[in-house]
Amino acid sequence: MDYKAVGLVAGIEIHQQLDTKEKLFCHCPTTLLDNADHTGEFFRYLRATESEMGEIDRAAQEEMKRVRKFQYYTYKSTCLVENDEEPPAPLNDEALTLGLTIAKLFGMTPIPQIHVMRKLVIDGSNTSGFQRTALVAVNGALPNSGSIETLCIEEEAAQRVKDDIFSLDRLGIPLVEITTSPCMHTPEDVQQVAEYIGMVLRSTGSVKRGIGTIRQDVNISIRDGARVEIKGVQELDLIAEVVRREVQRQQSLLEIHAELMKRHASLENPLQIDVTDLFKDTKSTVLKKAKKILALVLPGFAGLVGREIQPGRRLGTEMSDYAKKCGVGGIFHTDELPVYGVTAEEVARLREFVHAGEQDAVILVSGANEKQTGCAWNQVYMRAKVALSDKPVPEETRKMLEEGSTAYMRPLPGAERMYPETDVLPVRIDEARWNAVAVPELLTVRAGRFEKDLGLDPAIARQMAFSERLPLFELAIAGGIKANLASRTLLATIKEIRRDGADTDKISDDAILAVLHAVGKDTVAKEAIPEILVAVAGGSTVEAAMQKLAPTVSRDELEAVIKKIVADRKEFIVQKQKGALGPLMGVVMQEVRGSVDGKVVSELLKKEIEKVVGGK
Amino acid sequence: MAVVKLSSGYNIGVEKACCTLVSPAPASSPHAAPVRQDLKLPELSIISTGGTIASRIDYRTGAVTSQFDADDILTAIPALAEIGRYRTKVLYTILSENMTPAIWQELAKAVYDEIKHGVTGVIVTHGTDTMAYSAAALSFMLDTPVPVIFVGSQRSADRPSSDNAMNGVCAAVAAESDLGEVAVVMHATTNDDICAIHRGTRVRKMHTSQRDAFRSIGIPPVGTVDYSTRAVTLTDEAVRRGTRKLALHDKLEPHCALIQFYPGMSPDLLKTYEGYKGLVLSGTGLGHVSTALIPPVKKLIADGTQVVMTSQCMNGRVCDRVYDTGRDLLAAGVIEGGDMLPEVALVKQMWVLGNERDPKKAAALMTTDLKGECMRRSAHGL
Repeated sequence: MDYKAVGLVAGIEIHQQLDTKEKLFCHCPTTLLDNADHTGEFFRYLRATESEMGEIDRAAQEEMKRVRKFQYYTYKSTCLVENDEEPPAPLNDEALTLGLTIAKLFGMTPIPQIHVMRKLVIDGSNTSGFQRTALVAVNGALPNSGSIETLCIEEEAAQRVKDDIFSLDRLGIPLVEITTSPCMHTPEDVQQVAEYIGMVLRSTGSVKRGIGTIRQDVNISIRDGARVEIKGVQELDLIAEVVRREVQRQQSLLEIHAELMKRHASLENPLQIDVTDLFKDTKSTVLKKAKKILALVLPGFAGLVGREIQPGRRLGTEMSDYAKKCGVGGIFHTDELPVYGVTAEEVARLREFVHAGEQDAVILVSGANEKQTGCAWNQVYMRAKVALSDKPVPEETRKMLEEGSTAYMRPLPGAERMYPETDVLPVRIDEARWNAVAVPELLTVRAGRFEKDLGLDPAIARQMAFSERLPLFELAIAGGIKANLASRTLLATIKEIRRDGADTDKISDDAILAVLHAVGKDTVAKEAIPEILVAVAGGSTVEAAMQKLAPTVSRDELEAVIKKIVADRKEFIVQKQKGALGPLMGVVMQEVRGSVDGKVVSELLKKEIEKVVGGK
Repeated sequence: MAVVKLSSGYNIGVEKACCTLVSPAPASSPHAAPVRQDLKLPELSIISTGGTIASRIDYRTGAVTSQFDADDILTAIPALAEIGRYRTKVLYTILSENMTPAIWQELAKAVYDEIKHGVTGVIVTHGTDTMAYSAAALSFMLDTPVPVIFVGSQRSADRPSSDNAMNGVCAAVAAESDLGEVAVVMHATTNDDICAIHRGTRVRKMHTSQRDAFRSIGIPPVGTVDYSTRAVTLTDEAVRRGTRKLALHDKLEPHCALIQFYPGMSPDLLKTYEGYKGLVLSGTGLGHVSTALIPPVKKLIADGTQVVMTSQCMNGRVCDRVYDTGRDLLAAGVIEGGDMLPEVALVKQMWVLGNERDPKKAAALMTTDLKGECMRRSAHGL
């Protein structure tokens, strides 16, 4: 697809958890615990409040369509601040410094005085009903000649356990939020910029690693489409696909609009038709359960409500998502019926009852009561109106589904959702503070240095620089370990023994270093490394593992061992001549159990074999 | 530093010299449409003293908005409109630590006038810091046939998680209940489930920030309000609606003080209180101060100061007959404060000395239970 021709414009927002000792506004640790280990529970209701300008945010209003009760899990690692039972502590200085470091890496300008804001979020993921966030720096540069608009530090939300239950261990972990300008024009651009920003973040050595510790939000629009924010893309590899599918969705919505115009479809003051009685003997479990069923006739929409707009998604699915905001389970539409227990006769009766023509689609909204059903009916009506309007793609916040399609979450939030956090004092960033921020080396630069200074293969150098074990690698190199030995052990050996079932998380950095140093001093053969590490993973101490698997063998002892083996196998040697070296190497290595380097064994063995062969 | 609001909603601080005024900030948005009040519902009165329960902070000036009519309250807590119709009065807009006995008197008079007007119940919104003092003061000054409910919020009203809405709703429900005394209605737990109804003379703020900071001391709460069902449950101890006849006795003697004893406290400190009409001591354990303090206490009493002993244990009853220092205090003329909370004893002393000039009768009143503040039996332990 020619993305330039469709006018694709995209920007991204990256949220990265920071690996600080304490949370952003309290002194709790930033570690995650198992949900099963929660120590308590409590529940709350949230209500939208006005901004300091006296307005209620539209996204917050949407969340208020039904009363929701939120339940929270507390842990040994959480405190009254997460419970929203205590005012916040001052802004975590470690997190702020890290934010400033990242800002400097992007060449940004710091804000002279940082003000912490409350960003209204009433989906339950914040006990307070808002997320604390502060703008730290503006105007950074990207290699694709695009720019970074803002860098904020903010608190991580609570993690959803399921439905309206949230876990408080994650709430308050510091995040850095980096927002680019809308400077990308192809799906691949977006992915590359995301990768670059991720690399810069990891260059600090102080960001969290692993699934869920970095999340990308993507802002996308095409010509005649609208700005749509897709939240929570966790896998980097999916970003390009998400962009491709959103372009497809916006194009499809534009095509549906064009088709509706061709059909002269219109939707003026439609009737809210009560069809509850029509389905009183239905076999459909959903409709049977419903206390109220309302129909909405969409003139000229036949075939379009059921049209696919991106894999697995239809216009009908979009309407359904809007309706769900009122608490209903979903909707039925005539493009998909008869199905779900609704019979063809029932559909025919419905069409006749509501006077729907062949070109018309009929939507069925069912709910537990009149208010809920009416609310959902209105939502569907609103969404259908948008499809007919001259802006048929609504501005929305959407969430990513598996594979890269998306579902409606809420309207795009406005500036009304921000108001000052009056419990946290502003922080001054003066020249001295800014100048004191040290800038770490970029991982790409470091990889180049490993290649040039340590002679590592380019691919290995890059892999090492980007690895979580980079600090350990640097420690080993500083301690005089050879780069190839260290990189092979850290990148390959550990991966191999994990694949074979060893619990490598149990191997401490100190254990790995001790083994590497033993190899460096020739007291352990490098061939013994996997076995020793497997033993350590199994609970052995490094010393015991080395003693058992690679006991110290002196040169005299080694010579004695070799002499004995050669003497015992004289016949074999005479028969095989120099070809005996290979098979005998194995015998010797087994005897000395990996405590001697293979090269040394080979030299001595060769000498002894030559004695036998030469003395014939 | 000048604070600038960006179009993204973020505020930043920049040097004032960097700013040029383009145009003044737009005026505040007009208030929402007036909320319709259901005339069939019982009439309640809301008297505001400046608590944050329904107030709004004006971020431009940093001040709490002083407008506080029925519309403001019902806009802030829409569920109130389903419970009653409201008369509202703004008495003060102050932080509760700035309360004075003079304001208590004004408040008592205002509540009295509302009850006289015929309302079903009165709600007083109040900062939580000294809410218990005010509730105690009104308990003594006012005989009320209807509920007089003090309510506030521990978590500011400008946050979606604020306890103001639930506390407000529960206060309104309690104000229509069968209760007939002054009470504090606040969260009973950290959940948004139940509010406790605390007797005005037995309640204390026991946590700086938690929603369920208010606790009844020495007795269980006199009732509860279930937020989801709005059901009020009153205990047998609760004074019922109509039990007392409306009366106002709003005289107070402001020259009273409360001091907490601590080990090593200098006897000289007591000299500060020479000339005071009353002094409440918050002693240790069963009601003690050090032997060194007994002579100055004796002198204060001899010079006409009423001295009442309470305990900093908060829970339990004073008994100065067990140890020597206690007996010495009694010999010096100290009055045992029974199981009264120290701050309640102070407020009561102000009221007693304001209304009774005879020292003997005043002393007798201090040990007599007037409004549930001084129980004859210790029916509940910790």
